[in-house]
Amino acid sequence: MAIPVIYNMRSVKARWTSAVVAVLGIAGTVGVFVAMLSLARGFKATLVHSGSARNAMVRRAGSTSEMDSVIQLDQEKILEDAPGVARTAEGPLVSPEVVVIAPFPMRSTGTDANVQIRGVSTKAPQVHENVKIIAGRFFQPGVSELVVGKNAVHSYSGLDLGNTVRFGGGQWKIVGVFDAGGTAFDSEVWCDSNILSQVYSRPASIFSSLAVRLNSPDAMSAFKDALTSDPRLTLQAEREVDYYDKQSRVLTTLITVLGSIVAAVMGIGAVFGALNTMYSAVAERSREIATIRALGFGAASVVSSFVLEALLISSVGGALGCVAVLPLNGFTTGAMNWQTFSHLAFAFRVTPILLAGGIVFALVMGLVGGLPPAIRAARRPVADALRAL
Amino acid sequence: MVRVDGNGNSSLICVRGLDKKYQRGSEEIHVLQGLNLDVEKGEFVAFMGPSGSGKTTLLNLLGGVDVPTRGRITVAGDEITHMSGSKLTNWRARHVGFVFQVFNLIPVLTAYQNVELPLLLTKLSKAERRKHVGTALAVVDLSDRVDHYPRQLSGGQEQRVAIARAIVSDPTFLLCDEPTGDLDRKSADQIMTLIERLVEEYGKTVLMVTHDPLVAKRAHTTLHLEKGALVEAATKEVGAS
Repeated sequence: MAIPVIYNMRSVKARWTSAVVAVLGIAGTVGVFVAMLSLARGFKATLVHSGSARNAMVRRAGSTSEMDSVIQLDQEKILEDAPGVARTAEGPLVSPEVVVIAPFPMRSTGTDANVQIRGVSTKAPQVHENVKIIAGRFFQPGVSELVVGKNAVHSYSGLDLGNTVRFGGGQWKIVGVFDAGGTAFDSEVWCDSNILSQVYSRPASIFSSLAVRLNSPDAMSAFKDALTSDPRLTLQAEREVDYYDKQSRVLTTLITVLGSIVAAVMGIGAVFGALNTMYSAVAERSREIATIRALGFGAASVVSSFVLEALLISSVGGALGCVAVLPLNGFTTGAMNWQTFSHLAFAFRVTPILLAGGIVFALVMGLVGGLPPAIRAARRPVADALRAL
Repeated sequence: MVRVDGNGNSSLICVRGLDKKYQRGSEEIHVLQGLNLDVEKGEFVAFMGPSGSGKTTLLNLLGGVDVPTRGRITVAGDEITHMSGSKLTNWRARHVGFVFQVFNLIPVLTAYQNVELPLLLTKLSKAERRKHVGTALAVVDLSDRVDHYPRQLSGGQEQRVAIARAIVSDPTFLLCDEPTGDLDRKSADQIMTLIERLVEEYGKTVLMVTHDPLVAKRAHTTLHLEKGALVEAATKEVGAS
């Protein structure tokens, strides 16, 4: 039978000053670990949620992003008749889009950051269904007007409703603010694609990408087959969600790897803290351990008891670390999207899975920090420990 | 009857040719040398001798918390000298009750929980354990201190809790290492009266190490450890005061 858990709980309570060192070390490590991963998770979610499973993103074959893609008007016209393309009374739901970047000063630092400017058609709100105007109105076609994503309004100076801004050699009036549901579009500025092409001296018949609304998510394969089998088209199509998922990978991987390295280094420190706490517990309680052994409890009972105690301490640290990062959930920050070189606002996402991961990480640290002292406790000869004062 | 000549038989405890050596640096210390001992059930034996003579070592060997260099210890027919570590641990739980000089109670557990500890190694139900602990604490007259922590008890009370812990699982014999060493005379006297009661009323077998001749006098037999072997010093008539 195991040594009662109450013994460990009360022992930890009695020696709480020593346990605090380990608890804080583990809490800090778990906090950083969860915060970094929630940062990566937030970045990824912001981009991935920008796409819809019912939308196809069409770009030039071989391009890696909208920035290095070129699609001609005649190709767009061919695509409008492809199978699976959703239609309304006004015609096929295909939004030819032009993407450029323009510098705007950030409110937080005053330094310029690249904002993604998306030239779209009037069909864009029907194709990107998550985009809703929350203030003002949508831009009028053929007019130098802008609608601004809600995160862009908060992140950059001068992008307030009613303001006039200059970029690309043109003057633009901000007539509306839209909410794209916390996606990457919230960091963008939208305008008429024809006007944007004119201002940037681009042919009006050339676009960066086509956003195509499909009849259903299942229509993707028929649409893709039609696109790839047509010799007139040198285009590639993929689901919007997949495109944005790929976009998120570079920075997500970077944050995850860096976060893991930092957490691992901190974790080593925390494990030493746990080792120190548990070794001192074993040293201080050697007579108690010997007495318990003399009463007939086996070495395995002693090992499991001290490992349990270490797990108890580490779980408290893990829980504390998780609670500490909870306020970060929803906190908006920004980073460069390395695929488009534009600044993207996104929110930390502290999810239950990340919190569970943080607790598991804490328990692993507790196990690594608790096992060697527990083995030492069990190995010490009973007679020697009873003799020692 | 207690014998130290190695000629006893049908004993509860039978020790033959017991050797124990320690290595201290390059020096080899021969603590026990060819020690023999026979103890019958219900005996109360005191071991005396100067510091370092091996009294506690002998107690540890008899209790299975140390292993001899050579020799044989048999308790109630079980030879413990060749038992594996885990087997010896199980054997200790069933056969030995320890009483230590400094009580060795677990400070974070109440008197009740300390006494209950050895019973956690048995198959008794919680209700049965509660009954046994109640009985043991009643025997040591501490029924009103069940929820007290060791720090809330006097030295004498702590030792009584330790004795309750030692007898709660009804072991084959009790090993008491200087049970009065940390107590004042009055408390020591109470403890010895309690141990005597365990022997006389409950038929317990007690082997006790002590430095105190007055305490040793309470035992049926007093043995001296000299040059690693036992020498009988005094035996009193059982039942004599």
